[in-house]
Amino acid sequence: MILLSGVSRTFEVGGRPVRALRGIDLEIEAGEYVSIMGPSGSGKSTLLNILGCLDRPTDGSYRLDGQETSRLSEDELSIVRRHKIGFIFQFFHLVPRLSAAENVELPMIFAGIDPGLRRERISVSLASVGLTDRAHHRPDQLSGGERQRVAMARAMVMQPAILLADEPTGNLDSASGGEVVALLETMNRERGLTLVVVTHDPGIGGRAGRRIRLADGALVEDKRAEASPASGSR
Amino acid sequence: MRSRDLLRFSSGALRGHRLRTFLSLLGVAIGVASVIMLTSLGEGARLYVTGEFASLGSNLLIVLPGKTETAGAMPFMGSAPHDLTLEDVKDLRRRIPEIRRIAPVVMGTATAEAPGRSRDATIIGTTHEVLELRKLKMAVGRFLPPGETDAPVCVLGAKIASDLFGNGNPLGETVRIGETRLRVIGTMAPRGTSIGMNFDEVIEIPVETSMRMFDRSTLFRVLVEVASHERIEGVRREVIEVIKERHDGVEDVTVITQDAVLETFNQILMILTAALAGIAAISLTVAGIGIMNVMLVSVSERTREIGLLKALGVSGRQIVAVFLLEAAIISASGGVLGLGAGLGAGQALRRIVPEFPVQPPVWAVAAALAVSVSIGLLFGSLPARRAARLDPVEALMRKRG
Repeated sequence: MILLSGVSRTFEVGGRPVRALRGIDLEIEAGEYVSIMGPSGSGKSTLLNILGCLDRPTDGSYRLDGQETSRLSEDELSIVRRHKIGFIFQFFHLVPRLSAAENVELPMIFAGIDPGLRRERISVSLASVGLTDRAHHRPDQLSGGERQRVAMARAMVMQPAILLADEPTGNLDSASGGEVVALLETMNRERGLTLVVVTHDPGIGGRAGRRIRLADGALVEDKRAEASPASGSR
Repeated sequence: MRSRDLLRFSSGALRGHRLRTFLSLLGVAIGVASVIMLTSLGEGARLYVTGEFASLGSNLLIVLPGKTETAGAMPFMGSAPHDLTLEDVKDLRRRIPEIRRIAPVVMGTATAEAPGRSRDATIIGTTHEVLELRKLKMAVGRFLPPGETDAPVCVLGAKIASDLFGNGNPLGETVRIGETRLRVIGTMAPRGTSIGMNFDEVIEIPVETSMRMFDRSTLFRVLVEVASHERIEGVRREVIEVIKERHDGVEDVTVITQDAVLETFNQILMILTAALAGIAAISLTVAGIGIMNVMLVSVSERTREIGLLKALGVSGRQIVAVFLLEAAIISASGGVLGLGAGLGAGQALRRIVPEFPVQPPVWAVAAALAVSVSIGLLFGSLPARRAARLDPVEALMRKRG
């Protein structure tokens, strides 16, 4: 499903090139649960952004479902993001003026989905994260854990194949962080979603079926847990 | 995506900043209101002037002595112009059947005396035909007797009548002008100023009486009413021909049609109105820059939101649409508000000064609305494109605020 070969990403910082990723080769199968770990600045987030088609590799090839993404236009990439990828961010990124339900509705509005179907999917999505009774609350009326669960409902509402989470618990206390991780794992286990989590918390990264470690932009470790049945073959 | 959803999203974003939205909307409103008000005044002036001309009577030709050249040789070179005389008038009437009415005019100023009071007045020597020709109305009595006559009678303008006789009845009283004693046979209904001539301050007397009074054999001008509007140009040429023939083959009169004069005024005033609109349009440009400023602030405040939208798969075009629509909503609502204010101000002015027909020209209303929307689109496009071009990764990493 995801196939990176020789992917590098170089940024210009103060006129000097900084190599955030160096020659990453990585294959992720559908339904895998992958954690990406590594120290700050090791390129974890850059890798996640490339996986999510928010960023493009400077060198190398990224094939998503067999499609070479470097050949896609900006508009085509936005269609890929819309239908295949759900994002979860450390800072939730809810639109403050919109209620929980409206935040969940947002991707469906721009995808042109019929209002009746939207209502239906909003309630299903909010129910799946246990927030049915908070639907009309605005983000500032919700706790951190609740906000992240709204963001998860939003990420899931377009029924993507891949869920990308960038430090999803980084801004939460351990109790609500645990809830969020449990929900992510449920979606991976029960719906067969490919789940990629960037974290520097070993307690969370260690739960994944496949653990990738980056250092200085290079892939230095790729371990599969024997116990996890979710990884591996299609 | 559906346009209703887009509208809801964009207006929702605007509602998040009510004061800011309202202020930039107000800028557009003031611009549109000033366009509407200034063009209303200009159009009012145009309608006023053309209305005044229409009250002169349509199908009117004015014959002036002397040839005014607009190009070529200097006027009056070589031969002295002949004067216009009563004989010319009589000949015109006899030879051109399409002339419905013709009135000679002699003008002068003199002191009019009534028992106990006197004042200066404009004396017009003319005939009874001028009554219909200039659409004048009598208050009491009758107008001058028919024909080019000499008779010791006069008709007083409304103001003259009240100045000389107060509230008393002037009919049958005597007014003395110089050596001549004239009996008042009628007074005019008040009319007010009409193209530089205040008929309320005029005394009308028979044309020959006036020529004797001022010791003059020539006419100030001749007014001709043509039977039908289509024949005006033909009659104009015939009048010139007849006079030329009578004046030894010299074309020494100028005949102006009311249409020509009207058209000139019309054009001048329309240019004036357009110039006023142009001046007011400057304020619309300023309002557009205000919108651009507000939208730029909005884009930079909502950088994280834009990054999020991109991550959710919203295309660059859709982001442009969101921000353009926000700018267009600001400018269009400002336009509607300004239109309402401008029209309201016009209404109020019309109530205060009923004689002046303040009225916005239709083109100005249409243009003000169209321009206000396009200003939003024009000045919103830079911020919108800037939003669409934001790099989603950087936008998402931007600190809150």
